[in-house]
Amino acid sequence: MDVMEILTWLIPAGPLLAFAVILLLTKQNRTLSFLIAWAGIITALVLSWIVSFSVFGDFLADLHEVEEHPVRVSSSIAWLPIGDYYGEPVGASFVEGMAEEAHGAEEESHGEEAEEDSHGAAEGEHGEKAVPDETKSGTWFRIGVSADPLTAVMLFMVPFAVFMIFVYSVGYHNYGNPRGKFLGIPNHGMEEPMFSRFFAMMSLFAGAMLILVVSDNLLTLFVGWEIMGFCSYSLIGFWYARKYDDPKKTPPREAAIKAFMTTRIADVVMLMGIVFFYRTFGTLNFETALSAESLQNAIQLSSFGAVGLGIMALMIFTGTVGKSAQFPFHVWLPDAMEGPTPVSAVIHAAAMVSAGIYLILRIFPLIAVALKAAPAFGWTIAFIGAFTALMSATIAVAQNDVKGVLAYSTISQLGFMVAAIGVGGYIAAAFHLITHAFFKALLFLCSGSVIHGMEHGAEHVHDHHSDPQDMRLMGGLAQKMPTTFWAFLIGGMALSGFPLVTAGFWSKDEIFAEAWYNWSNDANPIGLFVFAMLALAAFLTAFYTMRQLALTFAGKPRSPLAEHAHESNGFMTTPLVLLSFFAITAGWVGIPDNFLGTAKGSIFYNYFHHFVGATIYVPLEVLYNAEPEKLVLHEIFTLPWSWIPLTTSVVVALGGLGLGYLVYWRKPLEEGQPDPMIAFLTPALHNFLHNKWYWDELYRAVFVKPAVYFSEVVVYQWIDRGGIDGLLHLIARVFYTIGEWFRRAEIAVFNDAVDWLTFRFRDLGKEFRAFQTGKVQEYALASVLVAVIFTAFIYGASQGWFDGVLFFLAFGN
Amino acid sequence: MDWLLNNIVTLTIFTPVIGGLIVFLLPDDEKWIIRRVTFFLSMVPLALALTMWFIWVDQFRGDPTFQFVQKVEWFPLLGSSYHVGVDGISLPLILLSAVLTPLAILASFGIEEKVKMFMSLLLVMEGAMIGLFGALDLMIFFIFWEIGLVPIYFLIRIWGGKDKVYASFKFFIYTMAGSLGLLLSIQIMGLSTGTFDIPTLMTAWVNIDQSTLANTAGIFSITTLKWLAYAAFFVAFAIKVPIWPFHTWLPDAHTQAPTAGSMILAGVLLKLGAYGFIRLVIPLFPELASTTAFILAWLGALSIVLGGFAAFGQWDFKRLVAYSSVNHMGFVVLGIAMMAYVYGINLNNQVDGVLAADAIMATNGAVLQMINHGLSAAGMFFLVGVIYERTHTRDLKQYGGIWSVLPVYGGILIFTSMASLGLPGLNGFVGEFMITSSAWNIFYAQVALSMIGLLMTGAYILKGIGETLHGETKPEWVGLPKMTLTEHVVIWPLMIMMLALGIWPQLMLSVINDTVTRLFG
Repeated sequence: MDVMEILTWLIPAGPLLAFAVILLLTKQNRTLSFLIAWAGIITALVLSWIVSFSVFGDFLADLHEVEEHPVRVSSSIAWLPIGDYYGEPVGASFVEGMAEEAHGAEEESHGEEAEEDSHGAAEGEHGEKAVPDETKSGTWFRIGVSADPLTAVMLFMVPFAVFMIFVYSVGYHNYGNPRGKFLGIPNHGMEEPMFSRFFAMMSLFAGAMLILVVSDNLLTLFVGWEIMGFCSYSLIGFWYARKYDDPKKTPPREAAIKAFMTTRIADVVMLMGIVFFYRTFGTLNFETALSAESLQNAIQLSSFGAVGLGIMALMIFTGTVGKSAQFPFHVWLPDAMEGPTPVSAVIHAAAMVSAGIYLILRIFPLIAVALKAAPAFGWTIAFIGAFTALMSATIAVAQNDVKGVLAYSTISQLGFMVAAIGVGGYIAAAFHLITHAFFKALLFLCSGSVIHGMEHGAEHVHDHHSDPQDMRLMGGLAQKMPTTFWAFLIGGMALSGFPLVTAGFWSKDEIFAEAWYNWSNDANPIGLFVFAMLALAAFLTAFYTMRQLALTFAGKPRSPLAEHAHESNGFMTTPLVLLSFFAITAGWVGIPDNFLGTAKGSIFYNYFHHFVGATIYVPLEVLYNAEPEKLVLHEIFTLPWSWIPLTTSVVVALGGLGLGYLVYWRKPLEEGQPDPMIAFLTPALHNFLHNKWYWDELYRAVFVKPAVYFSEVVVYQWIDRGGIDGLLHLIARVFYTIGEWFRRAEIAVFNDAVDWLTFRFRDLGKEFRAFQTGKVQEYALASVLVAVIFTAFIYGASQGWFDGVLFFLAFGN
Repeated sequence: MDWLLNNIVTLTIFTPVIGGLIVFLLPDDEKWIIRRVTFFLSMVPLALALTMWFIWVDQFRGDPTFQFVQKVEWFPLLGSSYHVGVDGISLPLILLSAVLTPLAILASFGIEEKVKMFMSLLLVMEGAMIGLFGALDLMIFFIFWEIGLVPIYFLIRIWGGKDKVYASFKFFIYTMAGSLGLLLSIQIMGLSTGTFDIPTLMTAWVNIDQSTLANTAGIFSITTLKWLAYAAFFVAFAIKVPIWPFHTWLPDAHTQAPTAGSMILAGVLLKLGAYGFIRLVIPLFPELASTTAFILAWLGALSIVLGGFAAFGQWDFKRLVAYSSVNHMGFVVLGIAMMAYVYGINLNNQVDGVLAADAIMATNGAVLQMINHGLSAAGMFFLVGVIYERTHTRDLKQYGGIWSVLPVYGGILIFTSMASLGLPGLNGFVGEFMITSSAWNIFYAQVALSMIGLLMTGAYILKGIGETLHGETKPEWVGLPKMTLTEHVVIWPLMIMMLALGIWPQLMLSVINDTVTRLFG
């Protein structure tokens, strides 16, 4: 195994080890705990960046080579024995082979491409293989790691964002302050009593995310996926004892369950899709399964052809819909804001929700085939994305919780990415994924800083009833918290897509360009639909971002909380500065080759496009040129220049920001003044948006309550207690009655002869009756009944009465 | 040493039985001594089982048929002999029994009433279970099957909860109803072939035809006989697994049993049923099992789904965990159905490579899932016992905020619950994945249905955690005593095994796989 492979294997190890060490050993020592967590994530960061930059270096050195062999690092080990019989036992050498396979599997994968390929092929063919390989110890399900350009960009972003959040968390949990007394609820201004536990869970989360990113197959990807789901559950419910007086507010413990269950619905469908995938391609390895030949084979062999693959793609995509909080599974994410803010930043902005997008990028060749197979698949994906983007943007407009706005904006931005996938915008989606992770993590951390400042104000004035997250109580924080303000401003501008400077502009522009090209060039109506919906959503995004900035920072403080807020400590502000840097610059690597109509590559070079595009360049090229008909809509290529998407994205961004400025910043809200939005939208519509289109209420009535009723009443009371047990009790009672008649007859007939025996039985009966309700006799009699029926049946069978029936049952016809 | 190795299965079976007798001879009131002697005695079969395991891994990987075989003439008149041995399917289960019994003994150190009898019953129980897994003769198998019933009946009847009388009788009669048919069928098979030897029957009984039959029990038609025997076997083992709709004894028995009883019941006794399917039903009735495999698959899927819903509908923590067994064992049944479907066709060499590979994976998954469920269910019942001992309630509505009081217990409960939920990285996931993915080709409808059950698994596990640990701490739970050292000693080995099997399943799976691949060779 060469160095790069070892390093890739070790990427998730640091945080996972940190998790175990903190929980088992250093829980009591908080300083040591967070330092260990830092050490874990820093190790992961260094290793990731080494791998990431090595892949990027390969790309700079030879683009063509990377396109031909996008998987730069790959290594796998035998994990699950799944059969194949080896003929006669071969004694010692067989056992040795086993041991070698089990323990020294690393030795087999010496990194030479050819050998790797043969492994992949062996796994891929295990289904069809008629003659087992005698020299090896059987067919194994192999798991492994790999790094290609898509992995590389994720490896660049994820550990960095997570590390920033680790730094921030130390300050957020008031490290060094007097220790809080209450477990399971926030201790404002005091050091979090479950400080070590927090870092342990965050480390586990980071490890799981990195497992997901470096996985070379769907199974380990799913492992990381689910562990992240568990971490998300634990961390949303971190303040498990918190409760609210307001019954409309979801407490953390319920939010945690809601998040886990909503995503689990999607996950079981996804698991089905994975099984389908495995059964179709014979492997879960991405590189093997999603090569052009493998896809072509699958299309020919599958009974439904490419449409079958489309269904499979949609099943796996369902996992994305859950994890990335897309309609109709979006309801969990806003409630997930009940977790501590660093959790919202890392799990519900930077890492976990992006994992959903990462999944569909990973399987993109499959999605591409689906998009070509039937327009319905494209419509489904694009509609879910575009509708989610627009719907959550409208909801975000009417939210007053500073994190709530960001939650809906996250859902909305993820909708942008999904919609981009729906029009085949592989690179655009990946680009927006990366830039969004940086600026949304930044925004969440800023909002956490604001909340922290407000909580400080609340402590100062001893106000424990006002909500420190309510933007209506803020205002004027720009002077109180300057660093946070500037960072928030940068993040907000990036989110709005402020032209040319910010990262968000470039990535959003690419999505617009992709959608527009689909309409203008291919006359694909999905393109126009996505373009229009997203333009509207982008306008609203810019508007609500400006509204949020103005409500929080402009004007004068509207409450004593804001009056006494002050800037957060250095642990919290340093990450803001570093993330701000990427919120601006991350977009510059993706400036279109022919921006403003310049000759391709003469001034601008779209590094991101060519680098990430190399990941699936060859498979898409082959599928695009397939005979007799194309199997995908597009290959990876540079979009022709068009002014329309650029103008649109500039206009909606500046228009939204401008309108927000006019309404909220020029005349900042006064204390007690209602939001002008209410008058503008009419209270009814505002309520509808403020209450999130009432999805929660709908789901509760349609799914949750019936499920509880079905479980408690139908299945348990009716089927089990009433039906099955009732039948048993009935049989027992019937035969108890018959038995009673026999007993009476017996007394009458054998009055004297068996008197003694009868008395003995009666005594026995009394003893049994003492047990309760006479069920002893009932069951005993039931067994007699069974014996009688059985005897009768055997007698009948011996007479050959049932032969015809049984023969029919056994052999059909 | 040779003597030890020649008799190792017999020793593993009978050392706990002898141990039970020794404990019974101890003075009544020396509880301290009784507990420790019992624990010490239960380490003997564990050591023997581990010896077998390591010898197997070292020597028999290349020849994974029955090993450590011992055959002694026992009842020549009937054609029954004392024939024991293990293969890659029974050995992991023997190991499971040998691991869980000492832990169950440790978990019952708190029992104060009739300690001696309790402890010796547990040891006798262990002997019966190991005997059943090791038996290669139907008569021996049946004897251990019946002996195993008695201790658990008394464990529930004497040390059980409020409704112990109802629960113990229900359990006993339910199982007896199954045993009755089982005994009759065993007699039929013995009479018509002249032997009770399981490996012999696998050819003798399977290939029996009307002419052979005429010499012995000629009044029956062979088709009828096979159907009768198959139905009886099916029902007997289905009750034990339990497969829906034969499951209603389980929630009552588990809920009322003492902690150790529940651990053994869920950990090992349920596996007897599934083991019966794999060891007896499918090899002895290949055609019939294959024809009816779809019924088994539907019942498995129904167990998963309805078991999941029923568990979610519970407010008694122990009953919730009990129903989770129905839910989890449903996956075993689904795997067994796949095995049954292919095994029957396979005999006539009509199976293509894909299907055989599926069946191997399904059977691997079913056996592994049995081990996994044994570990996690035993762990869950133990943890319910721990909390019950402190709060004296199992009502979920009365808990709340226990995590703040018992943080370590909370962590352990979450870990074990997650293993039970099938969180990838812990053991439960591997078996479920293998079973669902391999059954997909044939039983896709059932697999798809079972996904609803998988969803409900999440729902009831989270309900359990949420209602006990989360929320504000109720005043009555402030100051509950922390977990004792003994309790830690019980749960940690289970947790380590859950994690180890989740990360590196081949620890156990490679042994299982050797034998299973041979079944489809």
